Parts: sequence; structure tokens; C-alpha cells
Amino acid sequence: MAVVLDSSEINRALKRIAHEIIERNKGTSNLVLMGIPTRGAALSTRLAKVLSDLEGQPVEHGTLDTTMYRDDLRGSAPRTLAKTEIPAGGVHEKEVVLVDDVLFSGRTIRAALDALAEHGRPKSVQLAVLIDRGHRELPIRADFVGKNVPTNRSERVSVKLVEIDGADEVQIEGRP
Amino acid sequence: MTTHLLSIKDLTKENALNILDTAEELARITETPVKKLPTLRGRTIVNLFFEDSTRTRISFEAAAKRLSADVINFSAKGSSLSKGESLKDTALTLQAMGADGVVIRHPASGAAQRLADQKWMTGSVINAGDGTHEHPTQALLDAFTIRQHLKQSQGDLSGLRVAIVGDVLHSRVARSNVHLLEKLGAKVTLVAPPTLLPVAVESWKVAVRYDFDEELNEYDVVMMLRVQRERMDEAFFPSEREYSRRFGLNGERLSKLSKDCLVMHPGPMNRGLEISADSADSSKSVIVDQVRNGVAVRMATLYLLLGGN
Amino acid sequence: MSILLKNVKTASGDLVEIAFESGRFIEPKDASKEAQVIDGKGLTVIPGLVDLHTHLREPGKEDAETVLSGSKAAVSGGYTAISAMPNTNPVADTAGVVEQVYRLGQVHGICDVFPIGAVTVGQLGKSLAEMGAMNSSEAKVRIFSDDGNCVWDSLIMRRALEYVKSFDGLIAQHAEDPRLTHDSQMNEGAVSAELGLKGWPAAAEESIIARDILLSEHVGSRLHICHLTTAGGVELVRWAKARGIQVTAEVTPHHLLLTDEKARSYDPIYKVNPPLRTDRDVQALREGLADGTIDIVATDHAPHPAENKECEWAAAAFGMIGLETSLSITYLAMVKSGLMKLEDLLPKMAKNPAQIGRYEGHGELKPGNWANFALIDTSAIWKVERTGIVSKSKNSPFVGSELPVKVIKTFFRGNEVYSQ
Repeated sequence: MAVVLDSSEINRALKRIAHEIIERNKGTSNLVLMGIPTRGAALSTRLAKVLSDLEGQPVEHGTLDTTMYRDDLRGSAPRTLAKTEIPAGGVHEKEVVLVDDVLFSGRTIRAALDALAEHGRPKSVQLAVLIDRGHRELPIRADFVGKNVPTNRSERVSVKLVEIDGADEVQIEGRP
Repeated sequence: MTTHLLSIKDLTKENALNILDTAEELARITETPVKKLPTLRGRTIVNLFFEDSTRTRISFEAAAKRLSADVINFSAKGSSLSKGESLKDTALTLQAMGADGVVIRHPASGAAQRLADQKWMTGSVINAGDGTHEHPTQALLDAFTIRQHLKQSQGDLSGLRVAIVGDVLHSRVARSNVHLLEKLGAKVTLVAPPTLLPVAVESWKVAVRYDFDEELNEYDVVMMLRVQRERMDEAFFPSEREYSRRFGLNGERLSKLSKDCLVMHPGPMNRGLEISADSADSSKSVIVDQVRNGVAVRMATLYLLLGGN
Repeated sequence: MSILLKNVKTASGDLVEIAFESGRFIEPKDASKEAQVIDGKGLTVIPGLVDLHTHLREPGKEDAETVLSGSKAAVSGGYTAISAMPNTNPVADTAGVVEQVYRLGQVHGICDVFPIGAVTVGQLGKSLAEMGAMNSSEAKVRIFSDDGNCVWDSLIMRRALEYVKSFDGLIAQHAEDPRLTHDSQMNEGAVSAELGLKGWPAAAEESIIARDILLSEHVGSRLHICHLTTAGGVELVRWAKARGIQVTAEVTPHHLLLTDEKARSYDPIYKVNPPLRTDRDVQALREGLADGTIDIVATDHAPHPAENKECEWAAAAFGMIGLETSLSITYLAMVKSGLMKLEDLLPKMAKNPAQIGRYEGHGELKPGNWANFALIDTSAIWKVERTGIVSKSKNSPFVGSELPVKVIKTFFRGNEVYSQ
């Protein structure tokens, strides 16, 4: 089992992503972060905190459950739904940043784009992920990446966060 | 979850809570401008109704359509069933049409289970009311409504006292509710004349009262059952007037209910018989909520049964 | 020419020789020297069984069963005499219909088919059928029943009981108060409450039994209670016998084995009238059969085509076939359970019904009687296969079950009419 990021590296990665987001969007005034449950939502809350500390003003953020929009529901036990929380200002005409822990096939993000479109027409949609492990099955890329981790398809990337798992750590499992 | 929903007995407490929690989330989503989810796109759901029930059919139809399923309504009147086609041949037809899910309402107890057990078709079967047996989604939407009002939409129904009043003997709603409420920790009291209670009701985990006024102020929920007027002709009770006086929810009884007590009715109501107009329209009444919640609960049921198949 | 059956055991296990000639049993010592010998090694010889309660569906519903197919089913189950219930179409309420059924049985020559006549015209319970004419006919009907329906009108029942005395007749009552069982689907109790199927209360059966026992005592007539199913009914018959009332009673194999728990499947293969009752009732029926309160086992063989069972419970027909599994099921319920020995059980399936029905020459392996017997293997275990069912209808609740005791061969009037 190989540790890819430890606690301090996760924090550093989030700070760097925060700086890149501010730079790209020229501030945070029209920004909305939408975390994809479960761990993407925790990361988005953290990222919102870093951004508001840097800019000195609160950053709108919410959660977006993608379950009902997935194209791979068949053949697996139905997933329990997670919460979708749209911030008070909505997403219409906003610079929306989707936040997730791991970018893999891209199917979750495709579902997230569909789910997001139901709630309005954002000015732009960007994607921030902690880990990009490759093996895309759709023409989707991340705008902000914590760390690129080349993997074998059979390996599993395990992201642990304090809010959910009691510790911060990213590991690769199943690597010989 | 199981493949079919035929009876509340098919569900564990966890399954039931999962349906309620999922329905909660779906109700929230459908309150937003999002009315439709793509989840069951390309799936076919057949509403197979051998008995008239516009409200249940519409509720299932709305639920299926909000999940983007294709819905086919098959009612006994407009089909060859009235010419005597058997349940088996109907099932074979549905199989040939590629139905992924069948929502069945049938006047015969056990019809849904027959459809599921006989391997005439492979789709999931959802019981939308079979004879005097069960109506599981009605019990689920009732539990959802109770939880929404008395438990902040969370967890089970432990500690609540629910009275089910009226024709328990012929009520599929009562049977499903007795099973589900017990599973979710509520205490159920059946209130009815002995003629409208099943023989051997003592084998059920419920209390039984013949006097509606006794401990009336102790109930958290009073669920009134529809009384069919033709029961009078079969000598189940002497007259509508006597039934209404002894077992109806009238203004006087309404005033004796506890402050937060909910008044429920699965519909359609006989106003003036088992429930007075002022009771049905009072602030304690959540009858309209029951109807609204029906769609979310049926969406959750369809998603959990068909979403993974 | 005589035929000598050697090396066979009786039901109690003794080795015997059985001889017959011209269709009747003879003393083995009287067998001619050149007698043909059948070796029955390892097998048990039993008298041909006699059923007092069989539905053959001819005339009127020949797709379900005919006199021929029912006779074949009977002999494959070890029966050599069956009694055709009158609820055919037309109803067997005239000399013409009972003679037709009787003659069909004789023409086929597989077993005896004794028609039972209807008590009332059309089995409608309104006016008495011409029972005298049926008795004087070639069919010599002695048993009358409206089975399927109860003779519920007290006055009609009283008159029927009285009327048949003149020719030593017998009324076989299907005890069911129709007002208490309108549209009923199964035993009324905890299971029916849960399944939402309309209940058939034990009291509907017991109240008619009680009434008829009292009527029988009052007019001094023979009464036979069909398919007893409740503990209370057994008590009533026991009481009546203790008082010396001329009542006899039957129980079906399925009521000795199955309970209303089977309805939980909603599979109408278990839908039968009277319905399967509770475990307590089953135990009481077994005790009643063992102690002689219940005189006989009768099959209530009720064939139905597949479409009448492949449907929802309420739409399905009542009844199950039973001729082919009767001996095995009864053996399972009574002998395997240790309640009776085979040699004590067999009279309840042969000698007693023959006596009740006045079927001369039937029911016992004794010289002078018809050479009606079966050879059975008491150590065999066989599986009931749908495809192996002889009856035209396949509505047996025991398909797939492994049962004890196999009928190997059956002889009717000295002729082999069935071989496994």
C-alpha cells in the first residue's frame, strides 16, 4: 500500500488549487463551489474556507448528488442518495467549480454536468480534483488538479478525510 | 432491497428506512425546478390496473415519469381482460412487451405474489393493492407523512401511538400499516366494531379497542379507514348513523385529540360517514400531504427496485 | 383356470398364498393343480381399495377427467372401486345419468364405478331428486349426496334421511353452512387474517354436523359425514357414536397432512373445499381415524384443468386430485407417525367403505369376494412427477414430494389392470 499524499500535502494541494481558482476567475465574487458527495463535498467545504480566508469574503458553496444521473446504475445495487444543496444564490450565470476527490473514468463528472444543468445555466463550469488517476472514458479533463497519479486500472485510489474517515491520507491499494 | 415489493413483510426495517430517506431526498429535488430525473430512461413500467383507482395510478404514473421511465397504462376496462383474459396471459403479454416493472392493482388477494412467483415474466412486481391483503406503498407514504410531521423527517417512529380506525377486516391499507408501523417502532391500536376486525386479530402485535373515545387524547396519529356502504347490507353494522356515531371522527372527537395529533385518511373519503368535513379539513389533517408524498415515496420505490437491475 | 399368488406378505407381515379363479378369491387348497403361479416376492398384498368420494367430471367436463381416465388413475393408486359424485353436468339426479356413469365403468372394466346420486334436483337444495328411481336402476344407487353443496335446508335434510331408509340408503353430507361461507377462500384464522383471504369458519362445518347428527338420531337414519376437517367435528362424531347414532365419517388424505399455512404461497393448488385447517385440527383428525371415530379415508379426488389453477387464488377452482397418492399420504400421516399399523389402517380404506356403501364382494381378501387386490412395496420411496400423473388433471399438491409405499400391480376381478 503506497501513500500518495499525507495530511500536509493534501492541505498544500488545496491551497495551490485555491490560488489557481482565484487567478483564473479574477477573485471569488461570482464563484460557486459544488462538491460531489461524499468526499468531494468535504473537500469543497475546505476549499471554500481557504478561498474566503485568502479573499476576506465568504464563498458560496453547496453539494450536488449525481446518483440519479449516472449511466452505470444497471447491474449494481441501487445507491443511497446523498444530499443536493444548492446555495441561496443558485448557479445561474455563476462561475461554478465542481469539486471531487478522484477523477477516473469521467462518468461521475458527466452525470454532475447533467445534474447541474437542471438547476440553471452557469456562466462556466470548471473542475477541481484532488487526484487525477487517468483512464478517462469520456472527453473530460480537470481544470485544477492536486496531484496526477498514474495508476493501473486494477488499483484502487483510497482518499481518507478527517471529516469522514478521521484522518487525512491518500493511498493506492492493490499495487504489488 | 428485494426484487419485488409485494408486502411490507418483504422489507427489513433498514429497507423501509432507506425508502423513506431516499423519498425525502427525492421530495427535496422535485421541489426545485427539477421535475424530472433521467434515472430510469429507457425502462418500461406498466401500470396494470384490474380495479379502478385513479389516484393510485396517477401517483405511480407521475413517479415513473419523473424518473424518465416509459409508462404504459393497462387497465382492465380498456383491454381484453374484460373478455376474460387470465392473469397468466396478461403477464406473458407484458413479458413480450419487455416490461421492466409492473405496478399491479388487483381485486384478488395475492395476485401480485402470483405474478411474481409464477415466472410468467421477469420484471419487478410492485403491489399497488391486492384485494384485502396489502397496499405497501400506501403504508410507506403514511409512515413518511407521520415522520415528516412528528419526527423531523428522520429515523423511525418509535414512541408514537397510532390508532387505525374502522374496517380493518377488509382493509389492505390497515394490514400494511400494522406491519410497517410495528417495524418502525410505533404502537398501534385498532379501533373497530368486532365485526370489522379479523378473527384471530389477537395474533397481531397491536392493541384492540371497541370504544373510540377511550384514551382518545393519547394518540399521536388517528388514521381513519374508508367504510364501504355495502358492508351494511352484509350486517357488519346496523346503520350508517350508528357506525358514524360510534366510530366516526366528528367535531367532538376532533376537539378531544391531543394538540399535535395528526388526522390521516388513505382516501377516497366518505365525508360524513367515517370522517366529518371539519375533521378532514382541520389543521390536524395531513390528508393532502399524504397524496403529495405518495409521488416521492413511489419514486423512491421504483428507483430502489429498478435502478440497479 | 386358477391363479396362485405366492411369496407375498399380508399387511401384518405374514407370508401367505392367495388364490383366485373366475374373478373371485378361492381357498388356496382348492386351486387346480395346473394353476398359474405369480411370484410376489418382497411385495405386500392388500385388498383393492374402495373410495366413497370421487369426482369424475363425466358427463360435462371431460377435459378434466372421464370415467375411463379416473378409473385408470384409481387402479394406479390401488383402488378397485370408486364412487362418482353427482356434481356433473347434467347433475346425476336421475336414473338416466347414474346408469350412464355406471355402464361406462362396467364397459371399461378397469374398476367398479358406483355412482352416487344427488339428494336434490340439480343439487339446488330445493326439492328431492328421484332417489327411489336411482336405487331401482341398474346402478343400484345407495349413497346420495349434494357434495359440492350442502343440503342446508333442515327440512329437506330430514326428509332425505327418512326417505332413503326404505332401501337402506345413506345421505352423505357435505357439511357447510352456505351463509357462513359465502365467497370463502380458506380456513378462517390467523393465516386468513394475515393473507386477506375470506375465511371459512370451522363453525360452518360443525353446526351442520351437529344438526344432522340430531336429525339422524330423531328419524333413525344412516348419516355419513363427508370430509371431516375440524377438531370440533371429530368431537361431535365421537359424541354421536357414543350415543349410538348411526353416523359414519370420512377424512381425506390431504386433511390428514396439510395445514392452512400452505395458503401463504397463494398457490391455489392448496385451495380446496372444505379448506385445509390448522395443525390442531390435523392432530385431532389423525386421532379420530386411529380411535375409530372416523370410519374411513376418502380421496375427494377433484380434477381441474390447469387454467383453473394457474391463476389468482380467488379465481381458482376448489379441489385437488388424490386417487394416486392416497395410500402413500395416508401411510405417511398415520403409519410413519406411529399412530397406526398398516394392517389397522387398510380396513379404513377398503373394508369399512365397502360396508358403508354396501359394495358386495369388495374390501376384503376372502374366498367368495371379487379378486380385487393390489401388490404394494412398503419399502419403496417414489417421487411424484407431474408427467407421471395418470389422471387427466395434474392438480396434485404433492408434485415434487417423495412419498412412501408404491403400488406395483393392481388386479380387478382377477385381471391385472395396472402394472407399474
